[in-house]
Amino acid sequence: MIRVPEDYYYTKDHEWAQADENVVTVGITEFAQQSLGEVVYVELPEEGQKVSQGDPFGVVESVKAVSDLYAPVSGTVIEVNSSLVDNPSFLNDNPMVDGWLIRIELDNEKELANLLRAPDYKKLISEK
Amino acid sequence: MTSKTPLYEKHIALDGRMVDFAGWLMPVQYKGLQEEHQSTRNHVGLFDVSHMGEIRVKGPKALEFLESVTTNLVGQLEPLRAQYNLLPNDKGGLVDDIYIYCLEKNTDYLICVNASNDEKDWQWLLSHKIDGAELTHESSKWAQVAVQGPGALKLISEVLDHDVTLFKKNQILRGSFNGGEFIFATTGYTGEMGGEIFISSPQAESLWDKLLQLGSAYHIAPSGLGARDTLRTEMGYPLYGHEISDTLNPFAANLGWVIKSDQKNFLGKSEILAGKAQGLTHKLVGIELIDKGIARAEHRVKKNSDNNLTDIGWVTSGTFSPTLQKGIALAYVALPEAFIGNQILIEVRSKLFRAIVVSLPFVKK
Repeated sequence: MIRVPEDYYYTKDHEWAQADENVVTVGITEFAQQSLGEVVYVELPEEGQKVSQGDPFGVVESVKAVSDLYAPVSGTVIEVNSSLVDNPSFLNDNPMVDGWLIRIELDNEKELANLLRAPDYKKLISEK
Repeated sequence: MTSKTPLYEKHIALDGRMVDFAGWLMPVQYKGLQEEHQSTRNHVGLFDVSHMGEIRVKGPKALEFLESVTTNLVGQLEPLRAQYNLLPNDKGGLVDDIYIYCLEKNTDYLICVNASNDEKDWQWLLSHKIDGAELTHESSKWAQVAVQGPGALKLISEVLDHDVTLFKKNQILRGSFNGGEFIFATTGYTGEMGGEIFISSPQAESLWDKLLQLGSAYHIAPSGLGARDTLRTEMGYPLYGHEISDTLNPFAANLGWVIKSDQKNFLGKSEILAGKAQGLTHKLVGIELIDKGIARAEHRVKKNSDNNLTDIGWVTSGTFSPTLQKGIALAYVALPEAFIGNQILIEVRSKLFRAIVVSLPFVKK
Protein backbone atom coordinates (compact mmCIF):
# COMPACT_ATOMS: atom_id res chain seq x y z
CA MET A 1 0.00 0.00 0.00
CA ILE A 2 1.44 3.34 -1.05
CA ARG A 3 1.17 6.07 1.56
CA VAL A 4 -0.31 9.33 0.26
CA PRO A 5 -0.82 11.71 3.22
CA GLU A 6 -3.86 13.94 2.88
CA ASP A 7 -2.17 17.19 3.91
CA TYR A 8 0.61 17.04 1.28
CA TYR A 9 0.63 18.39 -2.26
CA TYR A 10 1.79 16.23 -5.19
CA THR A 11 3.08 16.63 -8.74
CA LYS A 12 2.51 14.54 -11.85
CA ASP A 13 6.25 13.81 -11.69
CA HIS A 14 5.75 12.05 -8.35
CA GLU A 15 7.19 14.60 -5.97
CA TRP A 16 5.48 15.59 -2.77
CA ALA A 17 5.40 19.09 -1.27
CA GLN A 18 4.46 19.96 2.26
CA ALA A 19 3.72 23.60 2.96
CA ASP A 20 4.42 25.16 6.35
CA GLU A 21 3.51 28.82 5.95
CA ASN A 22 5.87 30.06 3.22
CA VAL A 23 8.32 27.17 3.44
CA VAL A 24 7.73 24.09 1.29
CA THR A 25 9.52 20.80 1.98
CA VAL A 26 9.99 18.66 -1.15
CA GLY A 27 10.57 14.94 -1.66
CA ILE A 28 9.71 12.04 -3.92
CA THR A 29 6.67 9.86 -3.31
CA GLU A 30 6.55 6.20 -2.29
CA PHE A 31 5.36 5.49 -5.81
CA ALA A 32 8.45 7.21 -7.24
CA GLN A 33 10.89 5.35 -5.01
CA GLN A 34 9.30 2.02 -5.88
CA SER A 35 9.53 2.77 -9.61
CA LEU A 36 13.12 3.98 -9.35
CA GLY A 37 14.49 1.01 -7.48
CA GLU A 38 17.49 1.44 -5.19
CA VAL A 39 18.71 5.01 -5.30
CA VAL A 40 22.51 5.13 -5.29
CA TYR A 41 23.20 8.79 -6.08
CA VAL A 42 21.48 12.09 -5.39
CA GLU A 43 22.42 15.49 -6.82
CA LEU A 44 20.83 18.49 -5.13
CA PRO A 45 21.09 22.28 -5.61
CA GLU A 46 23.06 24.62 -3.38
CA GLU A 47 21.34 26.59 -0.66
CA GLY A 48 20.38 30.00 -2.00
CA GLN A 49 19.72 28.74 -5.51
CA LYS A 50 16.54 29.88 -7.25
CA VAL A 51 14.18 27.24 -8.62
CA SER A 52 11.10 27.57 -10.85
CA GLN A 53 7.93 25.56 -10.74
CA GLY A 54 8.19 22.62 -13.12
CA ASP A 55 11.91 23.04 -13.81
CA PRO A 56 14.52 20.41 -12.92
CA PHE A 57 16.45 21.17 -9.71
CA GLY A 58 18.36 17.93 -9.19
CA VAL A 59 18.82 14.30 -10.10
CA VAL A 60 18.35 10.91 -8.48
CA GLU A 61 20.01 7.85 -9.95
CA SER A 62 19.40 4.19 -9.45
CA VAL A 63 22.01 1.70 -10.62
CA LYS A 64 20.24 1.60 -13.96
CA ALA A 65 18.56 4.95 -14.55
CA VAL A 66 18.83 8.71 -14.16
CA SER A 67 15.71 10.69 -13.18
CA ASP A 68 15.31 14.45 -12.98
CA LEU A 69 13.71 16.08 -9.96
CA TYR A 70 11.26 18.91 -10.72
CA ALA A 71 10.53 21.84 -8.46
CA PRO A 72 6.88 21.80 -7.33
CA VAL A 73 6.99 25.54 -6.61
CA SER A 74 9.14 28.55 -7.47
CA GLY A 75 11.35 30.11 -4.84
CA THR A 76 14.70 30.00 -3.10
CA VAL A 77 16.31 26.82 -1.77
CA ILE A 78 16.87 27.52 1.94
CA GLU A 79 17.86 24.05 3.11
CA VAL A 80 19.23 20.89 1.48
CA ASN A 81 19.12 17.40 2.97
CA SER A 82 22.86 16.81 2.74
CA SER A 83 22.60 13.47 4.59
CA LEU A 84 21.33 12.00 1.31
CA VAL A 85 24.76 12.36 -0.29
CA ASP A 86 26.12 9.62 1.95
CA ASN A 87 22.80 7.87 2.54
CA PRO A 88 20.86 7.84 -0.74
CA SER A 89 19.00 4.77 0.53
CA PHE A 90 16.92 7.09 2.76
CA LEU A 91 14.98 7.81 -0.42
CA ASN A 92 13.90 4.17 -0.59
CA ASP A 93 13.54 3.49 3.11
CA ASN A 94 11.54 6.55 4.07
CA PRO A 95 11.00 9.02 1.21
CA MET A 96 8.32 10.95 3.08
CA VAL A 97 10.49 11.73 6.13
CA ASP A 98 14.25 10.98 6.16
CA GLY A 99 14.36 11.22 2.38
CA TRP A 100 13.17 14.84 2.07
CA LEU A 101 15.24 16.62 -0.56
CA ILE A 102 15.08 20.40 -0.17
CA ARG A 103 13.16 23.20 1.51
CA ILE A 104 12.03 26.06 -0.69
CA GLU A 105 10.99 29.51 0.43
CA LEU A 106 7.96 30.19 -1.71
CA ASP A 107 7.82 33.13 -4.11
CA ASN A 108 4.08 32.92 -4.58
CA GLU A 109 1.65 30.90 -2.48
CA LYS A 110 -0.81 30.83 -5.37
CA GLU A 111 1.42 28.31 -7.17
CA LEU A 112 0.33 25.65 -4.67
CA ALA A 113 -3.03 25.65 -6.42
CA ASN A 114 -1.31 24.20 -9.52
CA LEU A 115 -0.39 21.05 -7.56
CA LEU A 116 -2.40 17.87 -7.05
CA ARG A 117 -4.11 17.03 -3.77
CA ALA A 118 -4.07 13.51 -2.31
CA PRO A 119 -7.28 12.17 -3.94
CA ASP A 120 -6.14 13.26 -7.41
CA TYR A 121 -2.66 11.90 -6.90
CA LYS A 122 -4.04 8.56 -5.68
CA LYS A 123 -6.14 8.47 -8.84
CA LEU A 124 -3.06 9.21 -10.96
CA ILE A 125 -1.00 6.35 -9.54
CA SER A 126 -3.89 3.89 -9.54
CA GLU A 127 -4.06 4.35 -13.32
CA LYS A 128 -0.41 3.36 -13.73
CA MET B 1 6.19 -5.39 -31.86
CA THR B 2 7.52 -7.02 -28.73
CA SER B 3 8.09 -10.74 -28.32
CA LYS B 4 7.77 -12.81 -25.18
CA THR B 5 10.23 -15.53 -24.25
CA PRO B 6 8.89 -18.97 -23.24
CA LEU B 7 9.57 -17.86 -19.64
CA TYR B 8 7.45 -14.70 -19.77
CA GLU B 9 4.73 -16.05 -17.45
CA LYS B 10 7.41 -17.05 -14.93
CA HIS B 11 8.69 -13.47 -14.80
CA ILE B 12 5.17 -12.14 -14.24
CA ALA B 13 4.57 -14.69 -11.46
CA LEU B 14 7.85 -13.59 -9.83
CA ASP B 15 6.76 -9.96 -10.08
CA GLY B 16 9.58 -9.09 -12.49
CA ARG B 17 9.64 -5.54 -13.76
CA MET B 18 9.28 -6.03 -17.50
CA VAL B 19 10.89 -3.74 -20.07
CA ASP B 20 11.29 -3.79 -23.83
CA PHE B 21 14.83 -4.85 -24.69
CA ALA B 22 15.73 -5.30 -28.37
CA GLY B 23 12.09 -6.09 -29.09
CA TRP B 24 11.74 -8.55 -26.21
CA LEU B 25 9.75 -8.15 -23.02
CA MET B 26 12.41 -8.96 -20.44
CA PRO B 27 12.69 -8.62 -16.66
CA VAL B 28 15.07 -5.77 -15.79
CA GLN B 29 14.87 -6.79 -12.14
CA TYR B 30 12.74 -8.73 -9.70
CA LYS B 31 13.31 -7.78 -6.06
CA GLY B 32 16.29 -5.49 -6.42
CA LEU B 33 19.18 -5.07 -8.81
CA GLN B 34 21.98 -4.90 -6.25
CA GLU B 35 20.68 -7.88 -4.31
CA GLU B 36 20.50 -9.88 -7.54
CA HIS B 37 24.00 -8.77 -8.51
CA GLN B 38 25.39 -9.93 -5.16
CA SER B 39 23.58 -13.26 -5.46
CA THR B 40 25.54 -14.04 -8.62
CA ARG B 41 28.83 -12.91 -7.06
CA ASN B 42 28.26 -14.90 -3.84
CA HIS B 43 25.76 -17.68 -4.59
CA VAL B 44 23.82 -18.32 -7.80
CA GLY B 45 21.92 -16.04 -10.16
CA LEU B 46 19.39 -17.34 -12.67
CA PHE B 47 18.81 -15.32 -15.84
CA ASP B 48 16.43 -15.76 -18.74
CA VAL B 49 18.55 -15.04 -21.82
CA SER B 50 16.12 -16.52 -24.34
CA HIS B 51 16.16 -13.26 -26.28
CA MET B 52 19.61 -14.25 -27.61
CA GLY B 53 19.45 -15.59 -31.16
CA GLU B 54 20.64 -18.96 -32.45
CA ILE B 55 21.83 -19.84 -35.93
CA ARG B 56 22.77 -23.41 -36.86
CA VAL B 57 25.43 -24.11 -39.45
CA LYS B 58 25.63 -27.66 -40.78
CA GLY B 59 26.99 -29.52 -43.77
CA PRO B 60 30.30 -30.61 -45.25
CA LYS B 61 31.43 -26.98 -45.72
CA ALA B 62 30.14 -25.69 -42.36
CA LEU B 63 33.62 -25.12 -40.97
CA GLU B 64 34.98 -23.59 -44.17
CA PHE B 65 32.06 -21.16 -44.23
CA LEU B 66 32.46 -20.15 -40.58
CA GLU B 67 36.21 -19.61 -40.99
CA SER B 68 35.49 -17.28 -43.92
CA VAL B 69 33.19 -14.95 -41.95
CA THR B 70 34.79 -14.92 -38.47
CA THR B 71 38.06 -13.67 -36.96
CA ASN B 72 38.86 -16.46 -34.49
CA LEU B 73 40.05 -19.96 -35.42
CA VAL B 74 36.90 -22.07 -35.58
CA GLY B 75 39.00 -24.97 -36.89
CA GLN B 76 40.76 -25.19 -33.55
CA LEU B 77 37.48 -25.99 -31.85
CA GLU B 78 37.24 -29.59 -30.77
CA PRO B 79 33.80 -31.21 -30.55
CA LEU B 80 31.82 -30.07 -27.51
CA ARG B 81 33.89 -26.93 -27.04
CA ALA B 82 32.74 -23.35 -27.44
CA GLN B 83 34.52 -20.17 -28.46
CA TYR B 84 34.10 -16.40 -28.42
CA ASN B 85 34.29 -14.97 -31.92
CA LEU B 86 33.60 -11.90 -34.04
CA LEU B 87 31.63 -11.37 -37.24
CA PRO B 88 33.38 -8.53 -39.06
CA ASN B 89 31.63 -6.42 -41.68
CA ASP B 90 33.35 -5.15 -44.83
CA LYS B 91 33.91 -1.63 -43.46
CA GLY B 92 36.35 -2.29 -40.63
CA GLY B 93 33.71 -2.76 -37.95
CA LEU B 94 31.67 -5.66 -36.61
CA VAL B 95 28.32 -7.12 -37.60
CA ASP B 96 28.23 -8.74 -34.14
CA ASP B 97 30.21 -10.55 -31.48
CA ILE B 98 29.14 -14.16 -31.17
CA TYR B 99 29.72 -17.48 -29.47
CA ILE B 100 30.29 -20.60 -31.56
CA TYR B 101 29.52 -24.06 -30.20
CA CYS B 102 31.12 -27.04 -31.96
CA LEU B 103 28.62 -29.90 -31.88
CA GLU B 104 30.29 -32.04 -34.59
CA LYS B 105 33.72 -31.13 -35.85
CA ASN B 106 33.65 -29.67 -39.38
CA THR B 107 29.94 -30.24 -39.95
CA ASP B 108 27.71 -28.94 -37.14
CA TYR B 109 27.99 -25.66 -35.25
CA LEU B 110 25.58 -23.51 -33.26
CA ILE B 111 26.10 -19.74 -33.22
CA CYS B 112 24.67 -17.65 -30.41
CA VAL B 113 24.13 -14.00 -31.42
CA ASN B 114 22.95 -10.82 -29.74
CA ALA B 115 19.17 -10.32 -29.66
CA SER B 116 19.50 -6.86 -31.16
CA ASN B 117 21.46 -8.27 -34.13
CA ASP B 118 19.64 -11.56 -34.66
CA GLU B 119 17.94 -10.69 -37.94
CA LYS B 120 20.92 -8.66 -39.22
CA ASP B 121 23.34 -11.53 -38.53
CA TRP B 122 21.01 -14.02 -40.18
CA GLN B 123 20.78 -11.90 -43.35
CA TRP B 124 24.54 -11.27 -43.31
CA LEU B 125 25.37 -14.96 -43.02
CA LEU B 126 22.81 -15.93 -45.66
CA SER B 127 24.24 -13.42 -48.10
CA HIS B 128 27.75 -14.88 -47.71
CA LYS B 129 26.76 -18.53 -47.53
CA ILE B 130 28.68 -21.02 -49.65
CA ASP B 131 27.49 -24.27 -51.19
CA GLY B 132 27.87 -27.12 -48.74
CA ALA B 133 26.95 -25.03 -45.72
CA GLU B 134 23.34 -25.13 -44.59
CA LEU B 135 21.98 -22.40 -42.36
CA THR B 136 18.96 -22.70 -40.11
CA HIS B 137 17.57 -19.86 -38.01
CA GLU B 138 16.84 -21.62 -34.71
CA SER B 139 16.04 -18.64 -32.47
CA SER B 140 12.46 -19.72 -31.83
CA LYS B 141 13.46 -23.32 -31.26
CA TRP B 142 15.57 -22.51 -28.19
CA ALA B 143 15.08 -20.84 -24.89
CA GLN B 144 18.25 -20.09 -22.94
CA VAL B 145 18.98 -19.61 -19.26
CA ALA B 146 22.20 -18.51 -17.63
CA VAL B 147 23.08 -20.01 -14.24
CA GLN B 148 25.99 -18.06 -12.80
CA GLY B 149 27.84 -17.91 -9.53
CA PRO B 150 30.06 -19.96 -7.19
CA GLY B 151 27.33 -22.57 -6.60
CA ALA B 152 26.13 -22.73 -10.20
CA LEU B 153 27.95 -25.84 -11.45
CA LYS B 154 26.85 -27.93 -8.48
CA LEU B 155 23.26 -26.87 -9.00
CA ILE B 156 23.41 -27.52 -12.74
CA SER B 157 24.87 -30.98 -12.06
CA GLU B 158 21.85 -31.82 -9.90
CA VAL B 159 19.32 -30.38 -12.31
CA LEU B 160 20.77 -31.96 -15.47
CA ASP B 161 21.66 -35.15 -13.61
CA HIS B 162 25.23 -35.07 -14.87
CA ASP B 163 28.36 -34.00 -12.99
CA VAL B 164 29.69 -30.85 -14.65
CA THR B 165 31.53 -29.51 -11.60
CA LEU B 166 34.92 -30.27 -13.14
CA PHE B 167 34.09 -28.73 -16.51
CA LYS B 168 36.59 -26.18 -17.74
CA LYS B 169 35.46 -22.94 -19.33
CA ASN B 170 33.82 -23.34 -22.77
CA GLN B 171 33.01 -27.02 -22.37
CA ILE B 172 29.72 -28.41 -23.72
CA LEU B 173 27.32 -31.09 -22.50
CA ARG B 174 24.42 -32.29 -24.67
CA GLY B 175 21.46 -34.25 -23.40
CA SER B 176 17.75 -34.24 -22.81
CA PHE B 177 15.72 -32.74 -20.01
CA ASN B 178 12.10 -33.70 -19.49
CA GLY B 179 12.01 -35.02 -23.05
CA GLY B 180 13.52 -31.91 -24.63
CA GLU B 181 16.97 -31.36 -26.03
CA PHE B 182 19.48 -29.22 -24.14
CA ILE B 183 22.95 -27.88 -24.92
CA PHE B 184 24.80 -26.80 -21.81
CA ALA B 185 28.10 -24.92 -21.90
CA THR B 186 30.35 -23.41 -19.25
CA THR B 187 30.02 -19.92 -20.66
CA GLY B 188 28.64 -16.71 -19.28
CA TYR B 189 28.65 -12.94 -19.18
CA THR B 190 29.18 -12.30 -15.49
CA GLY B 191 32.77 -13.34 -14.72
CA GLU B 192 31.56 -16.06 -12.36
CA MET B 193 31.76 -19.80 -12.84
CA GLY B 194 28.62 -21.41 -14.11
CA GLY B 195 27.07 -21.89 -17.46
CA GLU B 196 24.31 -21.31 -19.92
CA ILE B 197 21.74 -23.86 -21.01
CA PHE B 198 20.01 -23.82 -24.39
CA ILE B 199 16.78 -25.68 -23.82
CA SER B 200 14.15 -26.71 -26.32
CA SER B 201 11.44 -24.03 -25.87
CA PRO B 202 8.60 -26.30 -24.64
CA GLN B 203 10.81 -27.52 -21.75
CA ALA B 204 11.98 -24.04 -20.70
CA GLU B 205 9.43 -23.60 -17.93
CA SER B 206 10.07 -26.98 -16.32
CA LEU B 207 13.83 -26.37 -16.41
CA TRP B 208 13.37 -22.91 -14.87
CA ASP B 209 11.15 -24.36 -12.13
CA LYS B 210 13.59 -27.13 -11.32
CA LEU B 211 16.52 -24.70 -11.17
CA LEU B 212 14.61 -22.51 -8.71
CA GLN B 213 13.38 -25.45 -6.69
CA LEU B 214 16.74 -27.20 -6.26
CA GLY B 215 18.47 -23.83 -6.29
CA SER B 216 16.91 -22.68 -3.04
CA ALA B 217 19.55 -24.74 -1.20
CA TYR B 218 22.14 -22.67 -3.07
CA HIS B 219 20.45 -19.31 -2.34
CA ILE B 220 19.55 -18.88 -5.99
CA ALA B 221 18.04 -15.56 -7.05
CA PRO B 222 16.16 -15.00 -10.30
CA SER B 223 17.97 -12.00 -11.73
CA GLY B 224 17.17 -9.47 -14.40
CA LEU B 225 18.93 -7.74 -17.26
CA GLY B 226 19.91 -4.92 -14.89
CA ALA B 227 22.15 -7.21 -12.85
CA ARG B 228 23.39 -8.90 -16.02
CA ASP B 229 24.58 -5.50 -17.22
CA THR B 230 26.31 -4.46 -13.96
CA LEU B 231 27.98 -7.88 -13.72
CA ARG B 232 29.36 -7.70 -17.27
CA THR B 233 30.42 -4.07 -16.85
CA GLU B 234 32.40 -4.95 -13.70
CA MET B 235 34.23 -7.53 -15.85
CA GLY B 236 34.82 -5.05 -18.67
CA TYR B 237 33.06 -7.29 -21.19
CA PRO B 238 32.00 -5.46 -24.35
CA LEU B 239 28.35 -5.05 -25.29
CA TYR B 240 27.46 -4.64 -28.95
CA GLY B 241 26.12 -1.15 -29.63
CA HIS B 242 28.29 0.26 -26.83
CA GLU B 243 31.94 -0.87 -26.83
CA ILE B 244 31.73 -2.47 -30.28
CA SER B 245 29.64 -1.57 -33.29
CA ASP B 246 29.48 -1.59 -37.07
CA THR B 247 31.95 1.32 -37.18
CA LEU B 248 34.30 0.85 -34.19
CA ASN B 249 37.48 -1.08 -34.93
CA PRO B 250 37.64 -4.21 -32.72
CA PHE B 251 41.37 -3.70 -32.07
CA ALA B 252 40.49 -0.48 -30.24
CA ALA B 253 38.15 -2.52 -28.02
CA ASN B 254 41.10 -4.73 -26.95
CA LEU B 255 39.73 -7.63 -28.99
CA GLY B 256 42.98 -8.31 -30.85
CA TRP B 257 43.21 -11.67 -29.04
CA VAL B 258 40.18 -12.90 -31.01
CA ILE B 259 41.50 -11.68 -34.38
CA LYS B 260 43.78 -14.35 -35.86
CA SER B 261 44.70 -12.37 -38.95
CA ASP B 262 48.18 -13.97 -39.14
CA GLN B 263 46.67 -17.42 -39.36
CA LYS B 264 43.69 -17.10 -41.65
CA ASN B 265 41.80 -15.05 -44.18
CA PHE B 266 38.33 -13.82 -43.48
CA LEU B 267 35.81 -11.41 -44.89
CA GLY B 268 36.59 -7.85 -43.77
CA LYS B 269 40.16 -8.69 -42.73
CA SER B 270 41.87 -6.06 -44.88
CA GLU B 271 39.48 -3.32 -43.70
CA ILE B 272 40.03 -4.15 -40.01
CA LEU B 273 43.80 -4.31 -40.50
CA ALA B 274 43.77 -1.07 -42.50
CA GLY B 275 42.00 0.66 -39.63
CA LYS B 276 44.67 -0.59 -37.26
CA ALA B 277 47.53 0.32 -39.62
CA GLN B 278 46.26 3.88 -40.06
CA GLY B 279 46.66 4.23 -36.32
CA LEU B 280 43.81 3.95 -33.89
CA THR B 281 43.01 7.27 -32.27
CA HIS B 282 41.20 5.94 -29.19
CA LYS B 283 41.36 2.87 -26.99
CA LEU B 284 38.80 1.29 -24.68
CA VAL B 285 39.72 1.66 -21.01
CA GLY B 286 38.18 1.21 -17.58
CA ILE B 287 37.42 4.27 -15.49
CA GLU B 288 36.56 4.58 -11.80
CA LEU B 289 34.92 7.70 -10.46
CA ILE B 290 36.81 9.41 -7.67
CA ASP B 291 33.99 11.85 -6.94
CA LYS B 292 30.61 10.52 -5.92
CA GLY B 293 28.65 10.25 -9.13
CA ILE B 294 27.80 7.96 -11.99
CA ALA B 295 29.05 8.31 -15.54
CA ARG B 296 26.65 7.10 -18.22
CA ALA B 297 27.00 6.17 -21.89
CA GLU B 298 27.76 9.16 -24.14
CA HIS B 299 29.13 11.37 -21.39
CA ARG B 300 32.32 13.11 -22.57
CA VAL B 301 35.74 12.39 -21.10
CA LYS B 302 37.93 15.48 -20.52
CA LYS B 303 41.43 16.27 -19.41
CA ASN B 304 42.50 19.35 -17.56
CA SER B 305 46.02 20.44 -18.46
CA ASP B 306 47.28 23.92 -17.52
CA ASN B 307 43.67 24.97 -16.93
CA ASN B 308 42.79 24.00 -20.48
CA LEU B 309 39.95 21.56 -20.77
CA THR B 310 40.34 19.22 -23.74
CA ASP B 311 37.93 16.57 -24.92
CA ILE B 312 39.67 13.18 -24.93
CA GLY B 313 36.87 10.68 -25.42
CA TRP B 314 33.46 9.31 -24.53
CA VAL B 315 31.83 6.83 -22.18
CA THR B 316 30.34 3.71 -23.81
CA SER B 317 28.89 2.05 -20.68
CA GLY B 318 28.61 3.51 -17.21
CA THR B 319 26.92 2.35 -14.07
CA PHE B 320 27.16 2.11 -10.31
CA SER B 321 29.20 -0.95 -9.35
CA PRO B 322 27.35 -2.96 -6.68
CA THR B 323 30.62 -4.72 -5.76
CA LEU B 324 32.84 -1.61 -5.52
CA GLN B 325 30.01 0.73 -4.44
CA LYS B 326 31.21 3.45 -6.78
CA GLY B 327 30.73 4.67 -10.33
CA ILE B 328 32.54 2.68 -13.03
CA ALA B 329 32.62 3.19 -16.77
CA LEU B 330 34.04 1.84 -19.99
CA ALA B 331 35.21 4.62 -22.27
CA TYR B 332 37.10 5.31 -25.46
CA VAL B 333 39.98 7.58 -24.53
CA ALA B 334 42.52 9.22 -26.86
CA LEU B 335 45.60 6.97 -27.02
CA PRO B 336 48.08 9.35 -25.33
CA GLU B 337 45.70 9.62 -22.35
CA ALA B 338 44.70 5.95 -22.21
CA PHE B 339 47.18 4.88 -19.54
CA ILE B 340 46.43 3.35 -16.16
CA GLY B 341 46.52 5.85 -13.33
CA ASN B 342 45.72 8.83 -15.53
CA GLN B 343 43.47 11.31 -13.69
CA ILE B 344 40.74 12.52 -16.00
CA LEU B 345 37.34 14.18 -15.82
CA ILE B 346 33.89 13.04 -16.88
CA GLU B 347 31.36 15.66 -17.85
CA VAL B 348 28.03 14.78 -16.26
CA ARG B 349 25.18 17.28 -16.71
CA SER B 350 27.73 20.06 -17.28
CA LYS B 351 29.55 19.20 -14.04
CA LEU B 352 33.03 17.68 -14.05
CA PHE B 353 33.60 14.59 -11.95
CA ARG B 354 37.14 13.43 -11.17
CA ALA B 355 37.92 9.91 -12.34
CA ILE B 356 40.91 7.64 -12.92
CA VAL B 357 41.87 5.16 -15.64
CA VAL B 358 42.16 1.68 -14.10
CA SER B 359 43.03 -1.80 -15.34
CA LEU B 360 40.25 -4.16 -16.37
CA PRO B 361 38.41 -6.05 -15.07
CA PHE B 362 37.15 -3.70 -12.35
CA VAL B 363 36.45 -6.72 -10.16
CA LYS B 364 39.38 -9.12 -10.19
CA LYS B 365 38.40 -12.76 -10.17
